[in-house]
Amino acid sequence: MNALDIRTVLREELGNIAPEIDFNSVDPKADLREALDIDSMDVLTFITAIHTRIGLVIPEVDYPKLMTLDGAVTYLSAKLQPR
Amino acid sequence: MAEFRMPSLGADMEAGTLVEWMVKPSDKVKRGDIVAVVETQKGAIEIEIFETGVIEKILVDIGTKVPVGTPLATLRTKVEAEAGVKEPAAPEAPAIMPPPIPKPAEAPPIAAALPEVSPLPGRLRASPAARQLAQAHGLDLTTITGSGAGGAIVLKDVEARLASMPSPPPKKPVIGLDLGAMRAAIAAAMARSKREIPHYYLQHQVDVTGCEAWLAERNAARPPQSRLLLGALAAKAVASALRRFPAFNGFWQNGKFEAAPAVHLGMAIAIRGGGLAAPAIHDADRLSCDELMAAMRDLVQRMRFGRIRSSEIADATITVSSLGERGVEALFGIIYPPQVAIVGFGKVVTRPWVVEGIIQPRSILTVTLSGDHRVSDGHAGALFLVEIDRLLQEPEKL
Amino acid sequence: MQQDQARPAPQETTYREAVRAAIRDAMQRDERVFLMGEDVGRYGGCYAVSKGLLAEFGPKRIRDTPLSESGFTGAGIGAAMAGMRPIVEVMTVNFSLLALDQILNNAASIRSMSGNQFGVPLVIRMATGAGRQLAAQHSHSLEGWYAHIPGIKVLAPATLEDARGMLWTALEDPDPVLIFENIMLYNMSGPLAADAGPVDIDKAAIRRAGRDISLITYGGSLFKTLEAATQLAAEGVEAEVVDLRSLRPLDDETIVASVRKTRRAVVIDEGWRSGSLAAEICMRLVEQAFFDLDAPLARVCSEEVPIPYPSHLEQAAIPQATKIVAAAKRVLGREG
Repeated sequence: MNALDIRTVLREELGNIAPEIDFNSVDPKADLREALDIDSMDVLTFITAIHTRIGLVIPEVDYPKLMTLDGAVTYLSAKLQPR
Repeated sequence: MAEFRMPSLGADMEAGTLVEWMVKPSDKVKRGDIVAVVETQKGAIEIEIFETGVIEKILVDIGTKVPVGTPLATLRTKVEAEAGVKEPAAPEAPAIMPPPIPKPAEAPPIAAALPEVSPLPGRLRASPAARQLAQAHGLDLTTITGSGAGGAIVLKDVEARLASMPSPPPKKPVIGLDLGAMRAAIAAAMARSKREIPHYYLQHQVDVTGCEAWLAERNAARPPQSRLLLGALAAKAVASALRRFPAFNGFWQNGKFEAAPAVHLGMAIAIRGGGLAAPAIHDADRLSCDELMAAMRDLVQRMRFGRIRSSEIADATITVSSLGERGVEALFGIIYPPQVAIVGFGKVVTRPWVVEGIIQPRSILTVTLSGDHRVSDGHAGALFLVEIDRLLQEPEKL
Repeated sequence: MQQDQARPAPQETTYREAVRAAIRDAMQRDERVFLMGEDVGRYGGCYAVSKGLLAEFGPKRIRDTPLSESGFTGAGIGAAMAGMRPIVEVMTVNFSLLALDQILNNAASIRSMSGNQFGVPLVIRMATGAGRQLAAQHSHSLEGWYAHIPGIKVLAPATLEDARGMLWTALEDPDPVLIFENIMLYNMSGPLAADAGPVDIDKAAIRRAGRDISLITYGGSLFKTLEAATQLAAEGVEAEVVDLRSLRPLDDETIVASVRKTRRAVVIDEGWRSGSLAAEICMRLVEQAFFDLDAPLARVCSEEVPIPYPSHLEQAAIPQATKIVAAAKRVLGREG
């Protein structure tokens, strides 16, 4: 999976949680909780969706790394590197 | 018209001098005849003609030195000679033409193009890069005209389409509820509550460090679907505490309080776009934390799309409200009539706390109670909150 | 690059002189190095590369060999196995066919077959290419064939720096290295730093940066490709020119990075197209950069004929700047 696919998945899953958001206008370095007005339940829903969709289990300690679009792409790209 | 040229009579011969002609115009010659004598570095050499025909014109005079390849004479070949006599019919034997003079290679011929492979019917031709970009933006390639070779869609065709598309309007939340009507209902209920219910307010700080540690350890070993949030523990603590404090679980109706037989915990959930509802989780005190968490997730999920059951709205016997970690330290709610209490949870903050005589940073959660003073008073309310605190100190038993 | 006061100014040098300087430098650095081949001593080399070296280094180190490629290449292999550092000069790649068994079955294989007991630290230099009307049997470009063989390295220096610098690095390699010198480059002249020294032998070089299309080539075709790039620039196409320098191993990283950037590629290879090095490079691009491509890959190779003798046909048979420009424009979807 390359960065382009990861971004697509992110947009879709975050879009399910915050459907009215235009992701083209979200600063990729902005804190998503602020930008999308989501709470810890929403974050858990998102993490669960990532697990369901691409099979990656993200531990709680890593949640902060995924709290920006850029951070999420970097984190997921690194985790999905083929061996 | 054929030409008889100065031959190369040696690998290093560059030019020769014509010293004698053995033929003149209108002489017939055949292949192999000696027609001239040429002087070279190696001496005088008789040269033969390779054509058969009739000498037309002598081009170079005796005594002239010319480079190899220079035309010395012209002749009409046999076929041409006959053609001069009668109208040429289509020649039955191919005319014996001299080999064509090769042109100098200024523009070498481009290699024959690879065989043109036409696209299979029904298959779209698009470059890999174009396909990828189209897919990322959900574009249908069949709607794009290709400008590449063979009509293939290339990257710039997809980019041009994207640039010409207006950016999609932000999606409105898909809500089955009428937010306007909901707002009006909330307004009516809250106004009635403040008019009719004499509220009292209590606040209590709970050290939830142990809770957080227990949650972290438990969640580390679980996939996301099975993880718990602190809110689930808080809700369970409230539901369990209500068994000992029934004065907070029930309805004020017909001028009196009726304790509810079951604990149906109303969860206040904010709706995106501006709305609020507090659907109930039935028998919350009898659910495990995992079941409670699952029920909360289900409620939140359905709330997004406005799919709440009427029983859920009507049946809540008490409400729990939390603004979450982006909210404030303490939240004092307004009781939803005909309920008689609402418990509020603020955000967890790290504060200096005295534990066993030492100041330490601890995670502190402020829990509040707004109570209906017609039904309960501060003393009971305080004990209720302290019970919630006590339960949260032993999360594994919740 | 700044030239400080102490560094000598660059000198006008020919490719031939650069190769000669490389041989002299190697012979001075290491007494195990010697040159052997047909006409390298008294005649000074078929292409005058080793002119003057016999007088300087003597007959033990500049050795004229009998007219037997198989024999003297084998002798060179033996000398290398025994601890020498020979430079075997095979007059041209055309004659190396007579030494193919030595190169493939001995030089390339002995380390593996001996279980690493023996290596063959040998350098073989060969002239290659067409353009001097030497006709079908003497105009081959077979470096692509050699690049097929595991166990050896294959180099194609195109610039003066590489002609001067690749030889020593090749001699330091514990395994056989083949260096191909295109015959049309020997007279090429240009500035070369007086202190030019060894260069790496495993990286491709970007000779001209561009963004619209990658033109990937080596050896004698480099300068035709650069000329084509200049013509394309006049029409608004910025071509990136990649000089492979090393044909085995190929520098996948540089090649793929270039094509991922430009999304289009033409490979220019003087060998015949079928089963060519160009085919190998295109396949690697398909393997590693498929989803970045915006156009089919293309190549310009020699026409699939024995190289003709007459000048105009010989020129028509090998890559030319006009053919490269035409191929690039086809890839870009431009006509004319």
